[in-house]
Amino acid sequence: MAAEDLPSEFDVVILGTGLAESVVAAACSRVGQRVLHVDRRSYYAANWASFTFNGLLTWIQQHQVKEAQDWSSLLEEGEELIYLSSSDSASISNLQVFCYTSEEDEEEEAQRPDAPNTTEEESEAADEDAVKETSETESSEGEEPEADQPHLSPAASQSEPTRKKISYAQLVKEGRRFNIDLVSKLMYSRGSLVDLLIKSNVSRYAEFKNVTRILTYRHGNVEQVPCSRADVFASRQLSVVEKRKLMRFLTSCVEETEEHQAYNGRPYLEFLCDQQLSDNLQHFLLHSIAMATEDTPTEEGLASTRHFLRCLGRYGNTPFLFPVYGLGEIPQCFSQVELLSPPLPVSLQVSMVTVPPIAAGRPAVRMVELSPSTMTCIPGTYLVHLTCQSVGSAYEDLSPVVTRMFRTPESHDRGKNCPSVLWCLYFNMADGSGAEPEDHDLPSNVFVCSGPDAGLGHDHAIRQAESIFQKILPEEDFCPPAPNPEDIIYDGDNGSSSTAGGEEEAQEEAQEEAQEEAQEEAREEAQEEAREEPQEEKEVLEEASPPAEE
Amino acid sequence: MHGRVKIKSTAQQEEEKRKEREKKLKIYVAARDACFSKRNEGVWDDEALQLTQQLLSSNPDFATLWNYRREILMHLETVKDEDEVQKIYEAELSFLESCLKVNPKSYGSWHHRGWVSARLPRPDWARELSLCDRCLSLDDRNFHCWDYRRMVVKMSGVPVDQELAFTDRLIGSNFSNYSSWHYRSTLLPLLHPESPEPPSPCREPPQTSPPPSPQTHSHRVCEEQLLKEYELVQNAFFTDPNDQSAWFYYRWLLGRAEREEMISCVYVSRDEERVAVAFSRPVNAQSVGLLLVLDGQPQRVEWRSVHPRFKHSPVWICDLPPGTINDISNEHNLTVHWTEKHTHRDCALYTGRAESWCRDSATDQELFRSELSVEKTSVLQSELQSVNQLQELEPLNKWCLLTIILLMRALDPLGYEKETLAHFQTLKEVDSMRSAYYSDLCSKFMIENTILKMEYAEVRVFSISDKNLTTLCHLDQLLLVTHINLSSNQLQQLPPQFAMLQCLEVLEADNNSIENLEGVYHLPKLEEVLLKNNKISTLADLQPLASCPKLKRLDLRGNPVAQTLNVESELAELLPSVTDLLL
Repeated sequence: MAAEDLPSEFDVVILGTGLAESVVAAACSRVGQRVLHVDRRSYYAANWASFTFNGLLTWIQQHQVKEAQDWSSLLEEGEELIYLSSSDSASISNLQVFCYTSEEDEEEEAQRPDAPNTTEEESEAADEDAVKETSETESSEGEEPEADQPHLSPAASQSEPTRKKISYAQLVKEGRRFNIDLVSKLMYSRGSLVDLLIKSNVSRYAEFKNVTRILTYRHGNVEQVPCSRADVFASRQLSVVEKRKLMRFLTSCVEETEEHQAYNGRPYLEFLCDQQLSDNLQHFLLHSIAMATEDTPTEEGLASTRHFLRCLGRYGNTPFLFPVYGLGEIPQCFSQVELLSPPLPVSLQVSMVTVPPIAAGRPAVRMVELSPSTMTCIPGTYLVHLTCQSVGSAYEDLSPVVTRMFRTPESHDRGKNCPSVLWCLYFNMADGSGAEPEDHDLPSNVFVCSGPDAGLGHDHAIRQAESIFQKILPEEDFCPPAPNPEDIIYDGDNGSSSTAGGEEEAQEEAQEEAQEEAQEEAREEAQEEAREEPQEEKEVLEEASPPAEE
Repeated sequence: MHGRVKIKSTAQQEEEKRKEREKKLKIYVAARDACFSKRNEGVWDDEALQLTQQLLSSNPDFATLWNYRREILMHLETVKDEDEVQKIYEAELSFLESCLKVNPKSYGSWHHRGWVSARLPRPDWARELSLCDRCLSLDDRNFHCWDYRRMVVKMSGVPVDQELAFTDRLIGSNFSNYSSWHYRSTLLPLLHPESPEPPSPCREPPQTSPPPSPQTHSHRVCEEQLLKEYELVQNAFFTDPNDQSAWFYYRWLLGRAEREEMISCVYVSRDEERVAVAFSRPVNAQSVGLLLVLDGQPQRVEWRSVHPRFKHSPVWICDLPPGTINDISNEHNLTVHWTEKHTHRDCALYTGRAESWCRDSATDQELFRSELSVEKTSVLQSELQSVNQLQELEPLNKWCLLTIILLMRALDPLGYEKETLAHFQTLKEVDSMRSAYYSDLCSKFMIENTILKMEYAEVRVFSISDKNLTTLCHLDQLLLVTHINLSSNQLQQLPPQFAMLQCLEVLEADNNSIENLEGVYHLPKLEEVLLKNNKISTLADLQPLASCPKLKRLDLRGNPVAQTLNVESELAELLPSVTDLLL
């Protein structure tokens, strides 16, 4: 569409394509607002972005440029220089890159009979005054798991005694097949994001994978956390009595009781101790299911346990979903979701690992291991994100965990049976939940979205989007269900849509006219809709809200 | 404006739906009538095939149409060559697939699929198996699919271990699945059969007994595998003790021994010149080839069950020709042959004795322990320990309580009597809907214990008063009892089986709720019947007593019948032998 054909008047202007911004944009256009959605970056989704390996390298370069470019020569008489682009660089800090694999292709490493593992890591960083959050990403190649224990990244095939280590050159060459998220999040299957996708009745266009297992790091081993009924039944590490106690505890959690209330304000750990649960049950319940710390109060611990349990079993054996092609998909295609996932073969596990503080004063680390089935990394590698509330820099906080759980040059003998790291990025990113819009002295019709928060789910961003939407349009519904395509009547088609052929014609006509009258109709969606050929059902949707920007 | 979204009003939608339905119905009825008339005319053509297909795809539960379709297909088989038949049946299978998508639990579709698969000239069982697996992944409890799958497995010879792994997988994803557990119970004995030698030093009966038949333990599983299964199923019922399927499987694992088929008792009475024979299970003596040999001479006798109600009974009697054994100075040797089972039992009637018997007692046979056939006490003991552990955690779980009771009975019925009764009390409270069932079961166990006590004491008195009995059972074990005391229970009747007490002389049953005496029937030695405070209301209820020739004393105090007009004279007429009547 030529520039002169673009609409020139808008009801809502949205700067930035982060998750909250995109949800607000979609919600506004859904109720008929004219929306202009722009982003000054060359990529979508700000700090919610997802990059190819090469894209990530470019992003790193951008953030490593220390000196701001000197624009003063371009100033004309009476003009003043205002820096606009400081926000992103301010939110990212302590960026460090490590490459543990060779630059060029290597010959087979014949001296190692066990399959060598390769890991790629990536890290991002951002600081804010009080709260710091660190996240680190790493992708690793699987290796032979030990007999009984769940292991990170089991190898897809053990048939080859030696395998070529993946080289950096190969990573760059196949870099387009990576989708590396800046933030590591999972979708709670009954979280506000999934609910929103379903509620708005447009949840048919993106594809999701189940997180297939929840693991935890305990006594130097990675153990599977039994959380569903089937897991508890199959678990080999729990005694039958523990199984009963765990099931009973989980069942009793669902409803709040007076006993629970009696523990309000006291640590959740104390509550767990008093339930006569064994040490490993306490560990699972505290660190992996409630994802709490030893100081978390009981009411909070119980609330997150309930949330976890509510999400369990909706789409598989864990409470979490991960969008294929990475989280960066979500802001982009906010309204296109397909919640279907065939069970993954064992070699394609998607794992969530909780690592409790390895020493006093250290942060608890959350780790998400993505297999190639999520289309975030190339076959033979895994992409691993590690995230924590920062104490020091990303490297200080996370490298001890990396060294313990993976093989790097620093791990010496310890990492013998662990997957090895190929490439690794550390950085800090500011915790967006700290930035309150009220902090800014802004005109009453300007609202501020924050960047990603440190939480595992998306609730913060969705809540923020809903609250902003309600400030803009207090009378309107937030993302009302889209109509069923069969129930849509087009003006001029007289309701005679009994035959499929007639319907199609009507649709085509409507589409043409919709394009002509795009300005008048003024329905816009700040989303790229052109990724795939439209299906029948989708055409209807597009007509309802024709894409404005291509 | 064009392209604006409007939502149709509900009334509008309803109206359209109604019209749609009417239209559909018309088409459907027309096609159905066409099909029926074609079938009446005996037409088996392609058009009929199409018509039935059209109807069945919207309603796959129309059995008559499937039948018609089979008729057509069978006709086509006779006129087409093999390749064409193969093609027709393959088309049939893909049509059936679409029917199953409409209703995955249609009896008609699954049955027809089985029929087609069996007739297909070149069946593709691998495809059928994967169809079943797809279907079960959508609904792992679709028993139609389970049935069909079993047929496919049988026809295609899938190895048993593969099938066992299949049940592992299904149980792993959701153990609340009777079909999977049941399938397991059929596979395990094939894959891990119990070793042929008897698993425990079962006490041999004193008399020579026939060798155990090869079928005796055929459904049992070897102990090593059994222990693994205990572990598996314990994981299930500890994870969810309210899930019945695991408990039922556990019951199967604990097992029931099949009793050896034998003559358990031969009794002979000189006075009545009568022989009574008890079997280890109910039989029809008139058809099993029962042969009575007296002093080497086969006797022509008429076998009859103790009550005309029974065609099958564990106890049969016959009268010897008058004068055969009534001389008390003679000794007689008696043998009863059960020719069908190649077994027999001897009995000697010595000089000066009025009666004689030969038998295996309940204690000899460990009769009541064999309800659970895991004979290894150590195994049962450790099972009891784990279930007790669960009971501590879940004190009110009925499955757990019931299983504990069964295990205790298998281990030591008398030693655990007190605990058993306490658990029954809890069971009746936590599962009050089934309290009558628990009462009956408890009665059964109390009777078994009393029989054991009686036999350890080697007496012929069976006394079980004040035990809250609601039912009577194991009466075949009481063939030799002369004195029974059932007072102060909650019995409502003396059932026909009661007639098995052929030696009974005194019946005490005061303070029950008995209103029916059907089983007090032709008891040749019965002299005394005490029925104080029961619910016998009419003279007709007393009619069976008239068949007991020696009845002298009858206590009917506290029964409604005692208030009947002219009861005394009526009774004198009905029961002329009674000399001591208490009303």
